[in-house]
Amino acid sequence: MIQGKRSSRRQFLADSARTASGVALLALGLGFYAKQVQSLPATAIRPPGAGGEKDFLSSCVRCGLCVRDCPYDTLKLSQPGDAFAVGTPYFEARTIPCEMCEDIPCVKACPTNALDKSLDNIDDARMGLAVLLDQENCLNFQGLRCDVCYRVCPLIDKAISLDLQHNRRSGKHTLFIPVVHSDFCTGCGKCEQACVLEEAAIKVLPTHLAKGQLGKHYRLGWEEKRKAGGSLVTPDEQHKYNLPEGMDYDYEGQGLIKEKKDNVPFSSNPLDSLNRNAEQR
Amino acid sequence: MMSVSTYPGRTALLEKGWFSAYKWLLLRRITQIGILAIFLLGPWVGIWIVKGNLASSLTLDVLPLTDPYLLLQSFLAGHVLESTAVIGAIIVIAFYLLVGGRAYCSWVCPINIVTDTAGFLRDRLHLKGGTHFSRQVRYWILGMSLVLSVVTGTMAWELINPVSLVQRGIIFGMASTWFIVAAIFMFDLFISRQGWCGHLCPVGAFYSILGIPSSVRVSAVNRSNCDDCMDCFMVCPEKQVIRPALKGEADNIGPVIMSPNCTNCGRCIDVCAKEVFKFSLRFKNSNHVPMVGNKEVRS
Repeated sequence: MIQGKRSSRRQFLADSARTASGVALLALGLGFYAKQVQSLPATAIRPPGAGGEKDFLSSCVRCGLCVRDCPYDTLKLSQPGDAFAVGTPYFEARTIPCEMCEDIPCVKACPTNALDKSLDNIDDARMGLAVLLDQENCLNFQGLRCDVCYRVCPLIDKAISLDLQHNRRSGKHTLFIPVVHSDFCTGCGKCEQACVLEEAAIKVLPTHLAKGQLGKHYRLGWEEKRKAGGSLVTPDEQHKYNLPEGMDYDYEGQGLIKEKKDNVPFSSNPLDSLNRNAEQR
Repeated sequence: MMSVSTYPGRTALLEKGWFSAYKWLLLRRITQIGILAIFLLGPWVGIWIVKGNLASSLTLDVLPLTDPYLLLQSFLAGHVLESTAVIGAIIVIAFYLLVGGRAYCSWVCPINIVTDTAGFLRDRLHLKGGTHFSRQVRYWILGMSLVLSVVTGTMAWELINPVSLVQRGIIFGMASTWFIVAAIFMFDLFISRQGWCGHLCPVGAFYSILGIPSSVRVSAVNRSNCDDCMDCFMVCPEKQVIRPALKGEADNIGPVIMSPNCTNCGRCIDVCAKEVFKFSLRFKNSNHVPMVGNKEVRS
């Protein structure tokens, strides 16, 4: 009798150990897999209102309600075999970008707040950040006037502006350099989709990949000066440029500036002076 | 006895007629396929009665329904529950507390059609043997999935849960879903009898636990009529649940099947030629009320 009890207890313990070991092996694999899929590929962009990937994966129940309510078929659910958490919503900017609906139906549809309900202005969305990655192929960097990324930007002149620079190749033209401003860029991906190149030169990246960060102790002198209304260290002495008469230099005013003076000894066109000398000879 | 090759439910079919012998099976299939069909009506025909999938859905733009197991994983992964999903989960919990926790498995989950078919074929093809697990493994996996949600901070089981993968895949039209369906089918057919739903699936285990206090139960009300044909044991996906209720009279056990693993599929009701079983309520489980015909006689 006692023998029987002992052997059945042995059997029970052995069975439990077998089950526990099997399940523990499964847990080990699943645990590592869970860690692995927490990194989202750079080309997959989460819908507006999704927080960090970790928060998102703890709250998204993969119901697809956001996908169903997206009027532009932008959002898709990831499929088995995709490199990130299966069944979660994402979009690829190059294929169909976010159209930035004013009423943000995807966020409204979310039953779990995985897409943050407090996002009420789509301009405040931060799905990623556009970066002009390939300066070697961007047409505007070659001195051409493509400007397409700038023109399609829903926040034109805020999220993307054109920065004028001297074209050193031609010597006489201007480069219209597209510059993305992270204060305004929502990461909608319209620029990436519209880029006319075979492979887009401008791409939306996850913000943590796209953005650098200044050391916390860094202070930019000119900004501190502006905030304080004057120099905080040495007496603020006006820098003197050694410039031709009648010219002034101001960085914010885009470099060399002709002073507005009526009594200039020379004509405003330097060719006039040259020609005059030739005539006198 | 003639040596006729027979199958469970044959006697019931001959004695009760086709409809009575397949009534609950038929109703279940209509329900399971109907639920999928309502979900597919939107993407296929453009009639949006239900949006989402079985993880979380919105019916007619008013009724939210959310799978409480998913929400539990989400909560354990560190998400603050404060949304319509909570209301949706409460509605779902209330519903299954009424109709039986694992009614989800047998009446809603589309995987059930796959595993039932595999089980049916396995019996008909006389495929014996295979790998045996304890039926408790599902509870271990359930516990593991919850612990892992805490540890990894994600809804761990949802990364591989074939149940939600298939439900979502069918509703959202993902072709790769059919590989998962095939995998489960072959697992149940060749590797382990009732292996997925009856042994491994933590979703079913969750609904079992949810259904412990549930009301609607199958009861062997007329168990004195039982002629030991074993047909109910043959068709039951959780055959261990029948015995206490059917054979427990001598041990003073009531006729209601109280095991939370019973899926309320009603197949035992179908296949019993002696009409031993019927759907009943947990409260009608007194062993001391003798039955005369279908009427209770109280002393």
